[in-house]
Amino acid sequence: MGGAMQIEVNSVKKELLLDTTLQELLTQLNIVPERVAVELNLTIINRNQFDQVLLKEGDRLEIINFVGGGRGPRRS
Amino acid sequence: MAIMNRPFIIDGVEFQSRLIVGTGKYASFEENKRAVIASGAECVTVAVRRVNILDHASENLLDYIDPKIYKILPNTAGCYTAEEAIRTARLARSAGITNWVKLEVIGDPKTLLPDNEATLEATRVLVKEGFVVFPYVSDDPIMAKKLQDAGAAVVMPLAAPIGSGLGIRNPYNIELILEAVSIPVIVDAGVGTASDAAVAMELGCDGILMNTAIAGAQNPIQMAEAMNYGVKAGRMAYLSGRMPKKRYAQASSPIEGMIE
Repeated sequence: MGGAMQIEVNSVKKELLLDTTLQELLTQLNIVPERVAVELNLTIINRNQFDQVLLKEGDRLEIINFVGGGRGPRRS
Repeated sequence: MAIMNRPFIIDGVEFQSRLIVGTGKYASFEENKRAVIASGAECVTVAVRRVNILDHASENLLDYIDPKIYKILPNTAGCYTAEEAIRTARLARSAGITNWVKLEVIGDPKTLLPDNEATLEATRVLVKEGFVVFPYVSDDPIMAKKLQDAGAAVVMPLAAPIGSGLGIRNPYNIELILEAVSIPVIVDAGVGTASDAAVAMELGCDGILMNTAIAGAQNPIQMAEAMNYGVKAGRMAYLSGRMPKKRYAQASSPIEGMIE
């Protein structure tokens, strides 16, 4: 098909080709899957399913990792 | 009579070091790593945050703090509701490293004091879901007992507000908490220097978690080592059973045999 769609990753809008998988998106973003956790439309996706999840127009993704932090306020 | 040592065991994991350290506010990953080594800590707490997708750093904290060597304790720092904290904990677990979570539900940005009610609510939910929960809580023995009843693995009363470095503000409440619960008591927040760590351990606390006291020192790596000793000294002093306090002097040397 070759069409495009728009999704949101960590509140940043992103254009993707249709039928892009979550795994392919992570590769495009240069993200190592072993170091992150992903929520798609508020549902956690297991890592072993990253290559099976097809992203759709309007999907909202949260991609998190572990960073330095003892405790306290949200980092700006 | 000396007090019996109780090994520091959480969820079946025995730690030799009773110090847990944070990873915030360091100048670099390298400095952070050197401070963790100097502290002797075997458990390290980390925050859960969005990956910056516009400027994704190639280096990751876990390249420096190896999860195969250190027990990683993800925290929910920055969460202001039970829902946010539960969501953060679930995401942290799905990263596949651990089912432990240091639960923080903050009640107010000015004091960063915990919202105890929301913390208790989130503890109940997370325990049911199989998490090993480390709740950060006020120095309140009643709440500590409720958290224990809710299935918390440990309780983490504050000694003073987060990042304040004010030391153990209410040792009597910490002692009441130690009497109220049978799970490990880990002082979390407020320690400023090595003597504060020793004081907390002399009270009989099972462990201490700190971040700013080390990262905020002028020489963080040296302070990390000082904390290592402070925690050990305090624990040994507690186990030794201190001498009773007296109001008047009592000579250590014999009176007999003085020259005349």
